[in-house]
Amino acid sequence: MRAMNRVAAIALHTFKEAVRDKVLYNLVVFALLLIGAAILFSSISVGIQQIIVVDLGLSSISVFGLIMAIFIGIGLVSKEIERHTIYHILSKPVRRVEFIVGKYLGLVLTLAINTAIMTVGFYLAIYYQKRSLGAEDLAPLSAIYFILLQLAIVVGLAIFFSCISTPVLSAVFTFCVYIIGHFLSEMRWLGTTLHSRVAKGATEVLYYLLPNLSDFDFITRTAHGEKISASLMVSNSLYALLYVTVLISASILIFEEREFK
Amino acid sequence: MTAAAPLKSGRYATRGASWALLVLCFVALFGVQRQIDRETDMYSKINEVLYVRTGTTLRALCLGNEGLMADIYWTRVVQYFGRGHLEGGDTKYQLLAPLLRITTDLDPQLIIAYRFGAIFLMTNRPVGAGDPQSALQLIRRGIVANPDYWRFWQDIGFVYYWELHDYKSAARMFSIGSSRPGAPFWLKALAGTVAAKGGDLQTSRFLWSEIYRHADTDAVRSTAEAHLATLKARVDMDKLDDLLESYRTKTGRAAQSFYDLHSSGLLSGVPKDPSGVPYVINPDGHAALGKGSKVDLRLLQ
Amino acid sequence: MLAIETINLTKDYSVGFWRKRPKRVLDGLSIEVKAGEIFGLLGPNGAGKSTTLKIFLRLIFPTLGTARILGKELDDISAHEQIGFLPENPYFYDNLTAEEFLNYAGELFGLPVAERQRRTARLLQQVGLEGARNVQVRKFSKGMVQRLGIGQALINDPELVFLDEPMSGLDPLGRREVRDLILSLKEKGKTVFFSTHILSDAEMLCDRVAILNRGRMQGCGELKEMLALGIASTEIVVVSPQQNLLDELKACGGACVRTGERVRVAIPKESEVSTALNKILQAGVEVVSVNPVKMSLEDYFMEQVGKDSVKRHEEELIAQTKGGR
Repeated sequence: MRAMNRVAAIALHTFKEAVRDKVLYNLVVFALLLIGAAILFSSISVGIQQIIVVDLGLSSISVFGLIMAIFIGIGLVSKEIERHTIYHILSKPVRRVEFIVGKYLGLVLTLAINTAIMTVGFYLAIYYQKRSLGAEDLAPLSAIYFILLQLAIVVGLAIFFSCISTPVLSAVFTFCVYIIGHFLSEMRWLGTTLHSRVAKGATEVLYYLLPNLSDFDFITRTAHGEKISASLMVSNSLYALLYVTVLISASILIFEEREFK
Repeated sequence: MTAAAPLKSGRYATRGASWALLVLCFVALFGVQRQIDRETDMYSKINEVLYVRTGTTLRALCLGNEGLMADIYWTRVVQYFGRGHLEGGDTKYQLLAPLLRITTDLDPQLIIAYRFGAIFLMTNRPVGAGDPQSALQLIRRGIVANPDYWRFWQDIGFVYYWELHDYKSAARMFSIGSSRPGAPFWLKALAGTVAAKGGDLQTSRFLWSEIYRHADTDAVRSTAEAHLATLKARVDMDKLDDLLESYRTKTGRAAQSFYDLHSSGLLSGVPKDPSGVPYVINPDGHAALGKGSKVDLRLLQ
Repeated sequence: MLAIETINLTKDYSVGFWRKRPKRVLDGLSIEVKAGEIFGLLGPNGAGKSTTLKIFLRLIFPTLGTARILGKELDDISAHEQIGFLPENPYFYDNLTAEEFLNYAGELFGLPVAERQRRTARLLQQVGLEGARNVQVRKFSKGMVQRLGIGQALINDPELVFLDEPMSGLDPLGRREVRDLILSLKEKGKTVFFSTHILSDAEMLCDRVAILNRGRMQGCGELKEMLALGIASTEIVVVSPQQNLLDELKACGGACVRTGERVRVAIPKESEVSTALNKILQAGVEVVSVNPVKMSLEDYFMEQVGKDSVKRHEEELIAQTKGGR
């Protein structure tokens, strides 16, 4: 139980440290501005006003969420190692596992709250445009939930890379995997067209090894009023949970052996 | 001094547990991924590409890397098309036009995308999207971006000629194209022929073989090949019909098989279509494709 | 009871980017620190002082050898309940205030809220930061950061305090305060283990010291013992002595150095001091001062480590960088 309290303390202070960062403020403000601008864009287009607000609003949440996830994910773990603040924590009766788990939970909490703020902005934009909000407007929530799952994986990646690399390289690696994660099904398809069996096998392995982030992209479908099936909600949640567990376990394995010179 | 509960670092226990979790979760992930794949089929995956419906918006988001982005989109076009081909059947290439549009918006000099688009937007299902108007639009945009590229005039003329049977427009396009730098002498002649005679098999074969010889992609090359084979078969069958007719006038009865023509000296052997299958004679007395022929006459609609 | 006990503690780092090869930074350190004493770990930069402290705190793992902290193995983190640690050049979370950070540190020790608040307030006052309690750490000066570092090291009222270069970054007043703080910890029966390369600090504070150079222990023991127990010589300063007096003093084994009118005479043997003084007084020469001169830690240090050790260390570094290319 003491261990849980320590994890909670680490998570909470990670959150505190993150939300006071000026860069984070600016990102949230900018995202809200962009969501507001969606109203402007939609007013000059004909026929697809609603679609544009949803498209642009959700894309803003996704893009700024990504920037935040990488920014705070790297900033708060890699920098902690680089600047030696971690000495203070590990010299207290804290297991290294607790540090990693606490950090992760704190970062996800930060992202969840920021996403919530952006979501409120998003619904204000929709309300401004439609002058009403109905049950049918709940559909984007599931897309936002998927964005959040995606960000949870990205933060896991950021922590994982922070355990093995410098802050700048961690950011680069995380971003690269994010990009590749969106092209995995294409890459796999490409693999099936190749003649080399090795290449085919390699693309197949990568398909299951890397995070398949495009499975979480439902912005456009949501904009067209499509609903996400309950079973997909369950399997995607499960996928994110499992993948994050993999990343955190791997991080712990590395972190347990890591020496802070 | 507080009573210190035993608090081992648990380094080794943690390591064991982490490995176990890592392996277990990966195995589970494999299953979940397969489940997700079943739920979101491949078609819907490509659908998600179109966050942004126009390339110009996307261009702004590319921050100067639109060339690379165009390449990525071009790859997606090819894959999307290839997937449709593999699945066959009632494939609807409804995303082909917007994907090509985004690609060429990103990189207006991507010649290959316009030429590919012209053929496969124009041709009927199941080979292409069967949407000649989109094909015309795409090439017009290509012409605006690359005004001196004469082959676009050949391509746009070809769409008028082959799919829309608008020979006047086709002739005009060929004629304009012939005045572009580097245009070959035959384009002018072609304009004259099409204006005078409209569509005929000879011109069609010439145009398709031109496309075949200068195809940038395997898909275009193989579809041109298929069209050429069909055209050849059409020409063959017309000739055979003539022979059957002259056999009837000569002998006063209809030929039962091409052996009859052979024995009467009209043919030197049993003729075969481009896919190597011998032609047969229909009950109505006309030449037709044999069983198992790969030639697809529907291409000549 | 021993607060710290190390047996043959050894640490290799692998250096080099492409071809990794081990470099021994700590070589067979065996020391014992008794509960309640102030122990100094001395040595030039790069001697292995921080490495030793990091091994004690499980920030790095020893290549060979073992250590027991407060009777517990290194892997037993429950020892950390009774430990305070101030890292070298500490750094804190930019956006947390001093009070929040101390509170956070208290939480990690599982202290109840009321106790946390009480200790935080007391420590802020003790390290002189009560005026800056609500200021975010990024606005702190280097000295303030060092004070906060000391504060967080004491939040759990530890039995054993590790301080890595505690005086660095502090002004003379701050150094004095930290010295007083260390002495007050000793008064309360705590053990203090600190590293420094500033010998005067160690001389003023330590009961015992260990001297490290290039990873090896050069000497260990009570400071008084190590400094040869007492007086190295007696120095007498006189004004305008006659030449024959100086000759007589020289016969007692004294060495004379003249500075203007004054002459400084150093008498090595204690037994000769009274003879020398009698002679001076008989000659009617004015005596300015009579001082016993102790062997300083610096003298000892120089003797042990050798004058050229720092130079050699630098040469080694240069050789390494060349070899690494």
